[in-house]
Amino acid sequence: MYVTLRDRPGGTSGRKRPGGPLRRVSGTVVLLGTVSLLTDVSSEMVASVLPLYLTAVVGLSPVAYGFLDGVYQGASALVRIAGGYAGDRGQRPKWVAAIGYGVSALSRLAMLPAAGFAAITAVVTADRLGKGLRTAPRDALIAAASRPELLGRAFGVHRALDTLGAAAGPLVAFALLASLPGSYDSVFVVSFAFAVAGVAVLVLLVPDLPSVPGAVRAGVRRAVAQVAGTRLRRPLLAATLLGLVTVGDGFLYLALQDRDDFAARWFPLLYVGTNVAYLVLAVPLGRLADRVGRGRVLVAGHLALLGGYLLAALPGGGVGLTVAVLLLLGAFYAATDGVLAALVSRLVPADSRGSGIAAAQTAVVLARFASSVLFGLAWHVQGPRPALLLFAVLLAGAVPVAAWLLRGVDRPAVAAGDEGVAA
Amino acid sequence: MTGRVGGLGPRARLGVLAVVLLVATVGAGGFVWRVHREQAAVRTSATGAPTRRNLAGVRDVPHLVFRNTALGTDYGRVALVPLSAPDGPRAVTPASCERVHATRDEALCLASDRGLVTTYRAQVLDAEWAPRRDLPLVGTPSRARLSRDGSLAATTTFVFGDSYANPGQFSTRTTVSRVDGEVVGDLEQFTLVVGGKVVTAVDRNLWGVTFADDDRFYATAASGGRTWLVEGSLTTRRLTALREDAECPSLSPDGTRIAFKKHGDLPPGRWRLAVYDLATGAETLLAETRSVDDQAEWLDDGHVVYGLPRSEEGTATSDIWMTNADGSGAPTLLVPDAWSPSVVFPGGR
Repeated sequence: MYVTLRDRPGGTSGRKRPGGPLRRVSGTVVLLGTVSLLTDVSSEMVASVLPLYLTAVVGLSPVAYGFLDGVYQGASALVRIAGGYAGDRGQRPKWVAAIGYGVSALSRLAMLPAAGFAAITAVVTADRLGKGLRTAPRDALIAAASRPELLGRAFGVHRALDTLGAAAGPLVAFALLASLPGSYDSVFVVSFAFAVAGVAVLVLLVPDLPSVPGAVRAGVRRAVAQVAGTRLRRPLLAATLLGLVTVGDGFLYLALQDRDDFAARWFPLLYVGTNVAYLVLAVPLGRLADRVGRGRVLVAGHLALLGGYLLAALPGGGVGLTVAVLLLLGAFYAATDGVLAALVSRLVPADSRGSGIAAAQTAVVLARFASSVLFGLAWHVQGPRPALLLFAVLLAGAVPVAAWLLRGVDRPAVAAGDEGVAA
Repeated sequence: MTGRVGGLGPRARLGVLAVVLLVATVGAGGFVWRVHREQAAVRTSATGAPTRRNLAGVRDVPHLVFRNTALGTDYGRVALVPLSAPDGPRAVTPASCERVHATRDEALCLASDRGLVTTYRAQVLDAEWAPRRDLPLVGTPSRARLSRDGSLAATTTFVFGDSYANPGQFSTRTTVSRVDGEVVGDLEQFTLVVGGKVVTAVDRNLWGVTFADDDRFYATAASGGRTWLVEGSLTTRRLTALREDAECPSLSPDGTRIAFKKHGDLPPGRWRLAVYDLATGAETLLAETRSVDDQAEWLDDGHVVYGLPRSEEGTATSDIWMTNADGSGAPTLLVPDAWSPSVVFPGGR
């Protein structure tokens, strides 16, 4: 049984959605999950064939591809904050998200004539910018459409649908290539169709925030005040600290393939394994977060990551260990990605929600970027195993600090009747 | 459940959505169907390039072995043309390879079987183009080279996925094996010496081997965003840098020069073909001004051949071009619809 009382941090309640208590997860969340599913089918179709396309068809060398992948990762962090703030500012997060999805969709079509390195870089960058732009306003919509005590579950459902799309994309792409050898254009066109379907579902079916008569538009100052305010300070610090000791999964896969033949042979499948674990665990861990506290689950997720480091650093290899590392990685993502958004969205008032979520996600992205550089250096100097052990020690030190920073975070001051849920 | 969007009621919005989904499905489906029809049409109307039947006949004369990229049933197959008529009909073999290198008696074939699980194979093919032995291979095929007497095989593959938030990170794996299957070594395990100092950085990458004899070879080494032409020895397991900014070396038949691609100050992902004189260290830029990302092959001591993706009409195919090794003249199209050339003289050069 769960409590029907609404708790709106900052006291901006006043919106009631009909049928709330009867739905465990709102239709909007499922629709947004569907949008993400379709979009991820689209983007993973392209992402999975891109290495082959670039090296086998366009004829780029490995060096150039590595450069491209860097562009991929870097581009989205910048626009994330802008997207979150723009969604809050106009009180129209849906349309900011729609622009983000639309830009990514158009970038698929631009793959058709793009032949040179520069053109493909531009297209890939546009795709990533779109992704950066849409994430925070979309998460703000999920938060707005969900009852606070069920936020973890709502984000879990969304992330599970999202990951399902990510898993299906490569299958669609390879099925196409298998029946139409060498026709990468078909992959791009079908990918575009999926993206268009996603944008259409978003634009036509997903409701935007209902306008609040007389509501003051959130200015920069208010957004900054909220984001830098006392409520978010500790979670942001904790997220940054944990991000600084989080090694990118690419490095973990490399460490795995470095030590055992199984991982090397099935290298392209390692991330699929992680995704499957993430997919299966996203909803259960989201629900768990609603029950025992999001801060706790977030911290526990990092313990799973710690386990992953240690197993990946073991000298011997083997199928069992590799699969265990993938499971732990999947559990880590399931316990952190949506859970962080759920946690943050309850700590800021609704009119700054996008900015708050964007701030947390950007902190994580930037911290992980820094950690990747540091880990790369450590790997450089000492090799994979000592580098992993070093980061395991750092992570083991960071987890108690983060737990301390996040203590009590699941009981915001305004909580009315929330205690019954948390117990 | 929702407010009005764009002035449309819920029913109208569902209607619009249905139309959008229909258009997307029909559009994408139509495109795929058209490609399917085109490929079928190409298959039935003979092949994209004229072929000849007498495979053995071509094998007995000086010839070029390459990957056939003419659309049709033979797309991706290894094909041969006599050097006397390179743009004439080609003899198609049963082998399918993404990268191939051949000598008189055998060929090294790199291929990937794409699917839910993409797997890769490197095979030594015998004179009948049948697989004789599997060599270890991990990752997307990139470069393949046999030594002149066909006893050594070098493969470069691209193990990707390691670039998370790390510009410039990538990973290649270059392995030298005896064609009888014995692995001689992973070049990344060799000692790399640049300017007298041993480079221990873990981001070392090696690719693009060309063999000088049964022990010596040349290759590309990279670390920290720089590349070097290195000379290596299989017995000492040591790589020594000869010069900077040189990728995918190819040793001339007389063993005096190396054709390579040079990045210089070009934009990222673009290269210029050049020739390096091993004795004098002199560098000659070749007449080809388009960006070449290939390991060139020497036709004879005066000419190099290389693949170029065709820029018009997408990038589905590629051609093999030839240019003078002394920088003079202009590039000429040698074999259309072809990729990954190797030059074979059955009676020796």
